[in-house]
Amino acid sequence: MSSLHLKPEAASLMRGNRRDFIRVCTLALAAVGMPWELAGQVARKAASKKLKPSVIWLHFQECTGCTESLLRTSHPAVAELILDLVSLDYCETLFAAAGHQAEAALQTAMKQNAGKYVLVIEGAIPTKDNGIYCQIGGRTALEIVHEVADKAGAIIAIGSCASWGGIPSADPNPTGATGAPAVLKGKTVVTIPGCPANPYNLLGTVLQYATFGTLPELDDKGRPKFAYGRTIHEHCPRRAHFDAGRFVQKFGDEGHRQGWCLYKTGCKGPATYANCSTLSFGEVVDAWPIGIGHPCYGCTEQKLAFRVALHDTVDIERPTPPDTYPPIRAQQGSVGPIATGVAGLIGGALLGAGYVASRKLGQTPPPPEDSGKEA
Amino acid sequence: MSLDRRKLLKTVAAAGAAAAVSGGTSEARVRGTIPPDALGLMYDTTKCIGCKSCVVACREANFKKPDRTNAPGGIWDTPMDLNGQTKNVIKLYKSADGQERSYFKAQCMHCADPACVNACMIGALQKREHGIVTYVPALCSGCRYCQMACPFNIPKFEWTSLAPLMVKCELCAHRAKGAALAVDTDGFTRYPKGNGSACAEVCPRRAVISGKRDELLAEAKRRIAANPDRYRGYREGDPPRVFGEHDAGGTQVLYLSHVPLEKLGLPDVGTEAVPETQQTIQQGIYKGFIGPIALYGLLGLAVFRARRSQKEEGPDGGGDA
Repeated sequence: MSSLHLKPEAASLMRGNRRDFIRVCTLALAAVGMPWELAGQVARKAASKKLKPSVIWLHFQECTGCTESLLRTSHPAVAELILDLVSLDYCETLFAAAGHQAEAALQTAMKQNAGKYVLVIEGAIPTKDNGIYCQIGGRTALEIVHEVADKAGAIIAIGSCASWGGIPSADPNPTGATGAPAVLKGKTVVTIPGCPANPYNLLGTVLQYATFGTLPELDDKGRPKFAYGRTIHEHCPRRAHFDAGRFVQKFGDEGHRQGWCLYKTGCKGPATYANCSTLSFGEVVDAWPIGIGHPCYGCTEQKLAFRVALHDTVDIERPTPPDTYPPIRAQQGSVGPIATGVAGLIGGALLGAGYVASRKLGQTPPPPEDSGKEA
Repeated sequence: MSLDRRKLLKTVAAAGAAAAVSGGTSEARVRGTIPPDALGLMYDTTKCIGCKSCVVACREANFKKPDRTNAPGGIWDTPMDLNGQTKNVIKLYKSADGQERSYFKAQCMHCADPACVNACMIGALQKREHGIVTYVPALCSGCRYCQMACPFNIPKFEWTSLAPLMVKCELCAHRAKGAALAVDTDGFTRYPKGNGSACAEVCPRRAVISGKRDELLAEAKRRIAANPDRYRGYREGDPPRVFGEHDAGGTQVLYLSHVPLEKLGLPDVGTEAVPETQQTIQQGIYKGFIGPIALYGLLGLAVFRARRSQKEEGPDGGGDA
């Protein structure tokens, strides 16, 4: 517990009391799978104003759903997050400033924290026609993202749009929308896909960077492994029904009311890597598609979301045995009474036909005279 | 005693030459034995909960694709038995009234004197290090004699493959990769985790454990002695015993069961090694050939004599064609 001890002056910097603050840090750490003992260290770093990471949050082609979901996080609440844990220096949604003031704030933040700030990108970036389809202050998203990313310490793409294009990139993709990793080639971009992304996955990543200066371990798509290491299916609360073969056949049927598996209604859980099933959105239990009786629609996966029809089923990549067992001796196929009857009828008919044919052969008149006697 | 193609061809040529010279008395068969460092498995039905973790782990460890054939839409891995892509399977025995139930883990028994090794004409199956019955795909001709010979019905053929091989448990020998055997915390000698039999490593209830065969046998006997009422013999009413201690000449995989062993599909093979029995039968058949040969000889003689007497009577005898 001694590791959680904070100096009074450090504690006084925090909004709220020390106890709450430590709890916030512990929760955020738990979200990324780090030991709670580090909470003191995180709290100390976050409480000292110098070390609070500067965050620049850019919005492009998006619905602000990821920000909205972050706003609804209660542990820590967004106020605690932006006032205590990070220094949010530019964010169009949460800014009081507007117009030139806002642009000035962005430039100041970039100058003051060059090479250290965290760039969070929300929304897809249009690339068609030199990116003219998304402009802020007369500059295209492409220009802005390149400029801000050049001096960033870490780049995080939040939401499916920023990660791989999301909804704006759905066919026919009129604006040539794409994700941040495709635009910022050669740079490490942590992607936190989801529609919306789970705010804890962002929080954990930001806090790890702020405290230790490192980024979490990433998979081949830049997703933190702590959150995207397994499929929904592997951790699904309805998995037992899948293994037992109890499937919802139709929305509203008996199985649906019983909370059975949604695979046959098009659940993409078996092919979707995300931690929705283990980390509730905004601490509301079951506040995710499968939790409310809707199949997972694969929002974190570029190959699934907004591409595969909502109620089409996906292939199970790595099937496991069901809840049934083969018998000790495999069942041999047996001949049923109907099959025997049908076979008997056919056989009888053939015999009868043969008999009739042979009778007819016997009745045929003798062949013509000239070929007669030799045989 | 590793065998490669070159060696094989040499052996075949030498054997052919020897046979041609000697006129065909074959060398006596070398009887297989359980080496002192034999590794094995021990499966206890009283501990198995049927979770099939071993089935999944076996697949992953042996790079075998899941068997989707029996699942609608291919959504499950449902092998109905050992097959061309399944080296290990959990089956369920249920009595007619459903009261008596037991899981059963099927995989290669690693016999002391394996019938498959004896049946294989070119040595694609060999009893090798630690008594593990090993398959050498490069030598396999695909004759499937091993499949016919095995009393436990273990080796399986890849029917769906264009270049089919035989598939059977090899105790994850490929995972050892030179790792050293050591006494584990539970007192059994095995490879470190990740190098040993995957099924035993993953089993959450230690229903299947790996170790040296003599250690496992001692443990199995200890369990029976500690709980004689819990375990059963081969048939209803038999005293409890370890299957594999002497069965088929002894096997390196041992079974303990709370239902009669015959119900689990284990064959009543007796204590003699199967190749010995096969040899007896084969030689018996050849011995038995003396009778028919003598009979046909007599018949032939009778026919010959009859024809000769007919010829002597005159050429008109057998006119109508």
